[in-house]
Amino acid sequence: MAAATQDMVVRTGAVTRTLIYVVLLLFALFYLLPLVVMLVNSVKPLAEITGGNMIAFPDVWTLEPWRKAWSEAQVGVQATGLKPYFWNSIKMVVPAVTISTILGALNGYVLTKWRFRGDTVLFGLMLFACFIPFQIVLIPMARVLGIFGLAGTTWGLVVVHVVYGIGFTTLYYRNYYAAFPSELVRAAQIDGASFFQIFWRILLPSSGPITVVSIIWQFTNIWNDFLFGASFADFSSQPMTVALNNLVQSSTGVKEYNVHFAGAILAALPTLLVYIVAGRYFVRGLMAGSVKG
Amino acid sequence: MTITAKLTMRDRLQVWLPKLVLSPSLALTLVFVYGFILFTAYLSFTDSRILPSYGWVGWENYVKLFSLRHWEVAVTNMAVFAVLYMAICTAIGLMLAILLDQKIRGEGILRPIYLYPMALSFIVSGTAWKWMLDPGIGLENTMHALGWVNFQFDWIKNRDFAIYTVVLAAVWQTSGFVMAMFLAGLRGIDNDILKAAQIDGASNWNLYRRICIPLLRPAFLSAFVILAHLAIKTYDLVIALTGGGPGRATELPATFMYSYTFTRNQMGIGAASATIMLMTIAAIMIPYLYSELRERR
Repeated sequence: MAAATQDMVVRTGAVTRTLIYVVLLLFALFYLLPLVVMLVNSVKPLAEITGGNMIAFPDVWTLEPWRKAWSEAQVGVQATGLKPYFWNSIKMVVPAVTISTILGALNGYVLTKWRFRGDTVLFGLMLFACFIPFQIVLIPMARVLGIFGLAGTTWGLVVVHVVYGIGFTTLYYRNYYAAFPSELVRAAQIDGASFFQIFWRILLPSSGPITVVSIIWQFTNIWNDFLFGASFADFSSQPMTVALNNLVQSSTGVKEYNVHFAGAILAALPTLLVYIVAGRYFVRGLMAGSVKG
Repeated sequence: MTITAKLTMRDRLQVWLPKLVLSPSLALTLVFVYGFILFTAYLSFTDSRILPSYGWVGWENYVKLFSLRHWEVAVTNMAVFAVLYMAICTAIGLMLAILLDQKIRGEGILRPIYLYPMALSFIVSGTAWKWMLDPGIGLENTMHALGWVNFQFDWIKNRDFAIYTVVLAAVWQTSGFVMAMFLAGLRGIDNDILKAAQIDGASNWNLYRRICIPLLRPAFLSAFVILAHLAIKTYDLVIALTGGGPGRATELPATFMYSYTFTRNQMGIGAASATIMLMTIAAIMIPYLYSELRERR
């Protein structure tokens, strides 16, 4: 991001500047409020929540809701807490992200360095797949997963996420490799390097940044998915988002809001951590997915 | 390329290898995306109920769909939601981008704060907003506890206003992203143009109105397309926030499709509604992708 308008002297008076800061800070408050409310109330005893003030700090601090949300809360039939579902999500996310990123890298390589007639059309077909409303594939997907014995399994979800993720990963690598000097590839070709040697030795070593972008984007998207998880998983493979929704919506017993909040933060934690650690790459992925890179 | 007859086996493999490498992804896309689209579109013309069945009924499902009050509510909600969501996100995004562009101290802290909701699942943000908006324990209750006894904010329980709470939560989640798009656009504007305008005595207001905002046209277009497709796909947020209620007050096409197909066993009608959703998104996305991919040539 070149600071183009930055070094311009914008003529604003002291009053205007104060006003600008006030507005910006108010919006920061607006964005932070839900997270703060969840955090504060996840360490409060239930009585303090139902008793009144959602923004007050707890009188009695307790980590009990967190422990309950993680290992004891009633999610579905058994009181297992969110722990098993957290692992379900991990078991689903890791292979799905890996496979879709590898396929995306290979596709991007072919589509930029081994161009053939009609490649843009094929890429367009793959890209459009990212934007379809997934309701259109739910019915046949349920059938196909059933036929292959993958219904209700983590591997079924992996397949689903790979299929609907390769459009984006291909987009990232295609845009990235398009800027990579084709002369280097051609020179290597003349020297007799094979298709995979060129990819492995020449393109891959400089693909670090885009790989981070691709992994973060896929990780966030797949971790946060609800529709596929709710449609195709059973209790043994439900991801975190579905489990959280079950926990929050369950109508039996007392609503333990503090446990719900702790659970919500647990579900948000992995993507939030990735965002805090590698926010720059996350933003890059977002932008590349909308505006061309 | 060269004359294939003279090529050895290995060379021939090298020629085919790129296409071979691309083919698994392509095959997956063709079957799982386009094949499935055709299958669902086909089902929308059949008498499928609990399971797919292949008795052809013509346009009957579509006729039924558009006579359903439930669908009418979902489509009306979609229109209200989409218009407000897109307009407010664009307005907030543009405003924050312009304000942040004024050499703000602490931009590096504010920007990530505006954008972090984008990293959260809609289920998480729906859960958070659900309880914050709940009159019993949320904002209303808090205001009462703080002494403002007459304060009332029960939109989420109110049939006429519940849809606006969906707008609120959705705006909260994605407006920071729109801000980032506009900010990138602003930072990409050629500095000389702005300097020249300033020398000519243009006021800040005119600078933005006459020069920057018109130059942001591509960012506006991207924001529109992204927000439109997000709006039409909105599903998780409603499930977590209101569950489509109270009554059907926040039912959207995505929730309609799900309940008709999987809980009401009206698969034909569900498939018809999914097809309509796809057509709507295609009408927006295809021209956009076409122009994006063409410009590169």
